[in-house]
Amino acid sequence: MGHQRLLSKIATNDKHGENSPYFDGWKAYDRNPFHPTKNPQGVIQMGLAENQLCFDLIEEWIRNNSKASICTPEGVHLFRDIANFQDYHGLPQFRKGVANFMSKARGGRVKYDPERILMSGGATGANELIMFCLADPADAFMVPTPYYPAFVRDLGWRTGVQLIPVHCDSSNNFKITREALEEAYREAKQNNINVKGLIITNPSNPLGTTLDKETLKSLVRFINEKNIHLVCDEIYAATAFTTPRFVSISEVMLEMECKKELIHIIYSLSKDMGLPGFRVGIVYSYNDDVVSCGRKMSSFGLVSSQTQHFLASLLSDEDFIDRYLEISKRRLAKRHSFFTKGLETVNIACLPSNSGLFCWMNLRRLLKEKTFEGEMKLWRVIINEVKLNVSPGSSFNCSEPGWFRVCFANMDDETVEVALKRIRAFVGRETNNGKRVELKRWKSINTNKLRLSFNSRRFDENVMSPHSPMPHSPLVRAT
Amino acid sequence: MRLLSTKATCNSHGQDSSYFLGWQEYEKNPYDEILNPKGIIQMGLAENQLSFDLLESWLAKNPDVSGFKRDGKSILRELALFQDYHGLSSFKEAMVDFMAEIRGNRVTFDPDHMVLTAGSTSANETLMFCLAEKGDAFLLPTPYYPGFDRDLKWRTGVEIVPIHCSSDNNFQITESALEQAYEEAQNLNLNVKGILVTNPSNPLGTTLSLEELNLLVDFISGHKNMHLISDEIYSGTVFNSPGFVSVMEVLNNRFSDADEAIWDRVHVVYSLSKDLGLPGFRVGCIYSENDTVVAAATKMSSFGLVSSQTQYLLSAMLEDKKFTRKYLVENQKRLRRRQKMLVSGLEKSGIKCLESNAGLFCWVDMRHLLKSNTFEAEMDLWKRIVYDVKLNISPGSSCHCSEPGWFRVCFANMSEQTLKLAMKRLKSFVAELSSSSDNGDNKAHQSKRKSLTKWVFRLSSRDHRQRDQEER
Repeated sequence: MGHQRLLSKIATNDKHGENSPYFDGWKAYDRNPFHPTKNPQGVIQMGLAENQLCFDLIEEWIRNNSKASICTPEGVHLFRDIANFQDYHGLPQFRKGVANFMSKARGGRVKYDPERILMSGGATGANELIMFCLADPADAFMVPTPYYPAFVRDLGWRTGVQLIPVHCDSSNNFKITREALEEAYREAKQNNINVKGLIITNPSNPLGTTLDKETLKSLVRFINEKNIHLVCDEIYAATAFTTPRFVSISEVMLEMECKKELIHIIYSLSKDMGLPGFRVGIVYSYNDDVVSCGRKMSSFGLVSSQTQHFLASLLSDEDFIDRYLEISKRRLAKRHSFFTKGLETVNIACLPSNSGLFCWMNLRRLLKEKTFEGEMKLWRVIINEVKLNVSPGSSFNCSEPGWFRVCFANMDDETVEVALKRIRAFVGRETNNGKRVELKRWKSINTNKLRLSFNSRRFDENVMSPHSPMPHSPLVRAT
Repeated sequence: MRLLSTKATCNSHGQDSSYFLGWQEYEKNPYDEILNPKGIIQMGLAENQLSFDLLESWLAKNPDVSGFKRDGKSILRELALFQDYHGLSSFKEAMVDFMAEIRGNRVTFDPDHMVLTAGSTSANETLMFCLAEKGDAFLLPTPYYPGFDRDLKWRTGVEIVPIHCSSDNNFQITESALEQAYEEAQNLNLNVKGILVTNPSNPLGTTLSLEELNLLVDFISGHKNMHLISDEIYSGTVFNSPGFVSVMEVLNNRFSDADEAIWDRVHVVYSLSKDLGLPGFRVGCIYSENDTVVAAATKMSSFGLVSSQTQYLLSAMLEDKKFTRKYLVENQKRLRRRQKMLVSGLEKSGIKCLESNAGLFCWVDMRHLLKSNTFEAEMDLWKRIVYDVKLNISPGSSCHCSEPGWFRVCFANMSEQTLKLAMKRLKSFVAELSSSSDNGDNKAHQSKRKSLTKWVFRLSSRDHRQRDQEER
């Protein structure tokens, strides 16, 4: 077609992943967003892994630290130096602050070297950057399922890298087994695919679980043997709110023989601190060449110096950070407990989890057919009838139908109550009637229409309120 | 199996070039008025440091913007959560107005056709990803910004083929040069996807003439699937006539809105790094009437969004039209004055510049100081200027200039005193050069050259810290 040759293949293929059917959920939410007073019958956004529980702490800190801004009278004397600062090494105080924060999030059990910290445009940019450094087009990275949907875009869209799923299932709580790794690796080899590494998310999105030390050690052994890279996306590190405690790959490296040059960490402040708008992505590599090359690449997504300066100040306030981490943990634990207990009252179980901003909810018994079609049907009912935007397991490439990721940290307590009430009512109906509530209403919606064209989503500032999460473009909401 | 990617181990990032090596020397021995008055003066940095006071005074008058407040209320939550790749609409609206203002309101822009990116570094790379791929090439007039080698080629696989411009006609782009470049691309088996120009030009400091703009538009019109990218990052730095004419004005005047065939293939890149002097804030944008490009680039901007707090700060600032108008006028005045200072300072040393009307630098003609009309001689001269005269300026070869002897010298990133000192040093150097050549005394020069060669050897090893200032 004309456009095919006018533009690049990348610009015209759909490897950005945004044509996935599961964006229907966003659409429903956008058309009819919940608001406790203005639209109490609206769709509640539970597909957005945001951490909205601790803004009050940061707001208080800001009030007491006006020098952290380069715009205030107290801070403006630094304005020109900061505004002029575009060095891709990043502000030293910023790197130090990040290294310190990362260490605290790991209970001080590991120390990070600020010289190895690279900036990027959010974890989105960081994941793409590490791929550009480690792999060539058509190379592959193995990734355990279920995984964050936007990995398809972040790891593969412009890089040309392919993803090889490593299948995990509920028989062992979705743990990554050596067998699964070997099988995925073997199959790739048979198909002449060059596997360059394995990428894991720990704590896991969407599972909300952390990897145990034994599993981590077995992963390190695996990559050592195969001489491939291990990329650990630890973006949810500080969201671990209960035992078992979070074990970082950095800790494991201290306890075993390993080829350091194969190990890399991806981090961000988007989840732990709830600051996705500030676009703070971090690549931390134990490989000197990757640090050197990655640093040059970070030119394509440096963190705004205004933001670096602000965060340098925030993150170097040791007392504040200690307090923040402790309170955040407590609030997440409380919210998680409240939500999961609420689900338990209607016999809905979630995968036992200790971290993350979501639960991995088991709705298998509510499926009419134990297939992915069955899952999609149930999902549309949940969106259109129950009016909750949750994320179906298939969008995470889960190998078994019936699982749903439900976020709980992006709303206030009242909204959680409303959501639970609706779920209880729905499950009650399903169970009592013994059959599906007839979905005359949703049948009339043409559920076969899956294409979406998001030509101009405008950020409508009027919709914002402290209660309802903000409307976002579909892909960034895929977090 | 190779451990890292090809990209990680090649050097298409271009950072082994002399352009970046000059930085390194500066870093080892940076000039400071008080602490290191004999240090190297940085004249290789196209930064605009002349008008910060105007920004600072605006901040003093607008305290709400700081501290994440609007109308006295905290908007931290709102900003902290805002990661919509469509960008803050108030910011985009302010940006399009600012861009229109710079163009004398002869063109208007639609915020829905703007894509925000992390600096123009990211904008340019993103456009490449959208318009071209491995096996394709973009034609660029020489001399051009050294960073393009990295921004356009490195991770995209796209090639650059130079359009050779010469001092014969003040480095203007000619039809024959264009045709020649196109042919060269064919010979290299590359598919030409477009032309990229910087207007006003870096490193020339000149605006493209109407003639050149029409030539470019005609050229791409005449070729199927060919694009024209106009990097207008210096558009607000035009301080003298002839004024700035954007490619968008040319299109406006020549074609109707319905002429999709041409509107779909012209794209503008902009940034606040030069006009406002805010390179640290990473604010760039792509502007295109091609909906598919906008859609694809918007998705790609996920890899480098502009920090929400920065978008908020700048939307407030740029919405203040009284301020922006005043700023643009005053900034241009200061640039004009500063450029004059550099030009007359160079004249006192018998050195001429290409006559310029824009930018943060001059394109300086030192051909008469070369020992021979070669790039080796240019390198020799450059090393002497860095080491002996202690000025970091950028040699033309790093900008891919086809004739040796030209240097880019920046004037807006230092105080007046520092500039005057730089001119003084240059004057002594030139005087020394002419007196020593009169005396035929080459011994001192030879031994200096020997140690310089050793130095180059050391420099070219890769285990030193290389610093890239992102600058143009």
